[in-house]
Amino acid sequence: MDKNILEVNNLHVSFKTRNGEVPAVRGVNFSLKKGETLAIVGESGSGKSVTAKSIMQLLPKQNTIIPEGEVLYEGKDLLKFSKKEIQNVRGSDISMVFQDPMTSLNPTMKIGKQITEGLSRHMKLTKKQARERAKEMLELVGIPNAEARLDAYPHQFSGGMRQRVVIAIALACNPKVLIADEPTTALDVTIQAQILRLMRGLQEKTDTAIILITHDLGVVANMADRVAVMYAGEVVEQGTLDEIFYRPQHPYTLGLLRSMPNLDAPRTEPLIPIPGSPPDPASLGTGCPFAARCPYTMKVCHDHNPGYTAVSGTQAVRCWLQDERTPEDHIPEVIRKGRQTSEIAADQAAIDAAGGVPV
Amino acid sequence: MTQELKEHHDANAGQKDLLVVNNLKKHFRLDRKTVLKAVDGISFSIKEGETLGLVGESGCGKSTVGRTLTRIYEPTDGELEFDGLKIKGRLDRKTKKRINRDVQMIFQDPYSSLNPRMTVSEIISEGLVIHNPDMSPKEREKRVHELLQLVGLNKNHAGRYPHEFSGGQRQRIGIARALAVEPKFIVADEPIAALDVSIQAQIVNLLKELQEDRGLTYLFIAHDLSMVKYISDRIAVMYLGKIVELAGSDELYEKPLHPYTQALLSAIPLPDPEKERTREQIVLTGDVPSPTDIPSGCRFRTRCPFAMDSCAVIDPEFREVEPGHSVACHLYDAEIMEKEGKELKTV
Repeated sequence: MDKNILEVNNLHVSFKTRNGEVPAVRGVNFSLKKGETLAIVGESGSGKSVTAKSIMQLLPKQNTIIPEGEVLYEGKDLLKFSKKEIQNVRGSDISMVFQDPMTSLNPTMKIGKQITEGLSRHMKLTKKQARERAKEMLELVGIPNAEARLDAYPHQFSGGMRQRVVIAIALACNPKVLIADEPTTALDVTIQAQILRLMRGLQEKTDTAIILITHDLGVVANMADRVAVMYAGEVVEQGTLDEIFYRPQHPYTLGLLRSMPNLDAPRTEPLIPIPGSPPDPASLGTGCPFAARCPYTMKVCHDHNPGYTAVSGTQAVRCWLQDERTPEDHIPEVIRKGRQTSEIAADQAAIDAAGGVPV
Repeated sequence: MTQELKEHHDANAGQKDLLVVNNLKKHFRLDRKTVLKAVDGISFSIKEGETLGLVGESGCGKSTVGRTLTRIYEPTDGELEFDGLKIKGRLDRKTKKRINRDVQMIFQDPYSSLNPRMTVSEIISEGLVIHNPDMSPKEREKRVHELLQLVGLNKNHAGRYPHEFSGGQRQRIGIARALAVEPKFIVADEPIAALDVSIQAQIVNLLKELQEDRGLTYLFIAHDLSMVKYISDRIAVMYLGKIVELAGSDELYEKPLHPYTQALLSAIPLPDPEKERTREQIVLTGDVPSPTDIPSGCRFRTRCPFAMDSCAVIDPEFREVEPGHSVACHLYDAEIMEKEGKELKTV
């Protein structure tokens, strides 16, 4: 359990556009252990899908620049892999489930063929063996009458069933890492519950590590062991599930949690939205990207982007409020309280703050 | 609506019903043999200044209800009473104009519901030109500026085009457009579904403020049940073209009666890890049947964990089981339960 199966270190991704280079991912770090689920949450444009796609080299080569960073899978840097090498990883070691089950299947190909494609390539199975395995996979994801359904086309399946097929394809070669990019966003809640339950069940059986990308904090609470919160291309906070939900240390995480209505709370209280909207990635300054929307900004926030501060052995946050030079009376009550209840003392040495900036 | 229920609402603190819907149907003919029954006989009422939430999964007909009320679709059958005005069948020009003014709609997709070739000012004032022809261009401009301010934008935005705005801002423009002609009733069809979480709360707060200031009445259509609970006074749950349960929003969440409502509520993932670990989920099996081929009897029976023999034969009546709480399910019908030899579910 202890060794990291996947490690993303200081990943930067930019896109070439007519108006120059636009940074989409700016120094992302996270790691993933066997059998664990890491949720990456963030709003549209925060860079969560770009991060996931760059792991698999799925971004268009002609306008993507990865100036820095490494993606270590079992110690090897995937970003340095040739086209052929990465093709051997895709679908066998690491596979991906996309958001839209309507477009991620080939409409002109039978379901069985789409599942066996990867099997014959990666596992060198014969046609017959592959078909047998495809049938098993369909049964595993709960599609009734699997044998006959192998010869059906995608349009003959409902949305929820199609997402099951996509999951069957992704898991067919026993991947060690499954990247699920908003796997249930396009589905209804009752179907979403089915798919989430299915993913959890399969994970227990196969010990696959999952990176779950979503914007739904409910799904996160249901699925994740650890959470990374992204904003403007950075992971602004990461920690265990309980740390993020009960002891959030970044004002953005706090804002996200507060802007959701609580089913138990009285309806008379207004919601507390985060004012403004996310920044344009093309015109980010040198300061903290959240400064313009943050209720607790200080002078330093507008000029300098904070580094990581470890709050506990598992929780780290990018915020000047965590800097020891920040006056105690400026730190809001909620954040201070969360910090006090944090069981493990901050390990400042583990992740160093950018530092050297007078407040 | 049953007579009882109507009396209950009439008795309610002098508030009058702004809209009464009786046995509304909207069927679409797909080809010679197939009829898609999107809305198949629903009845409800909305009081002045109230918000009724309408929830259900995709394809249950909730958007069709909204579109029929705004007369984007002509209803196949049923009666409407809006603000004391009985509406049945085709409308004459005068009534149509009044309805078009008093009933406005906010759409789900802020990207496709604004004309990309019109400026914000043109979009907002389009209704004014039709409904207030006496207004001078100068007055109109002033009104547009007021409206922009009201929804949290400013007058510098008037000359811009929709593509220059973010999703949340576009939704604000859509709201300003709806408010321009001073409607009484607004159908909000999933107004926050396309927005980011941090922006959703902004729009919901704005809608609530506007309601308090102007006494607006809303039909709030959504599939996100936590937001619906927050904004609605009462909630109707739809399944395959029918309302299966209707109750006050706190009541519905605390004491859901219909098995579908129970499953729907338990399927919403809660943003609270502790609750997610401890609560029990009712996971429905299977998918929603096609609305072109609705099951006999109770339409939920194919997925219902409590389905009995009677459910396949008798379509449960939508009736009030306690004041202000109606449900269409045999489990709460003494007669049927006796016939089945099962214990009546107590409310």
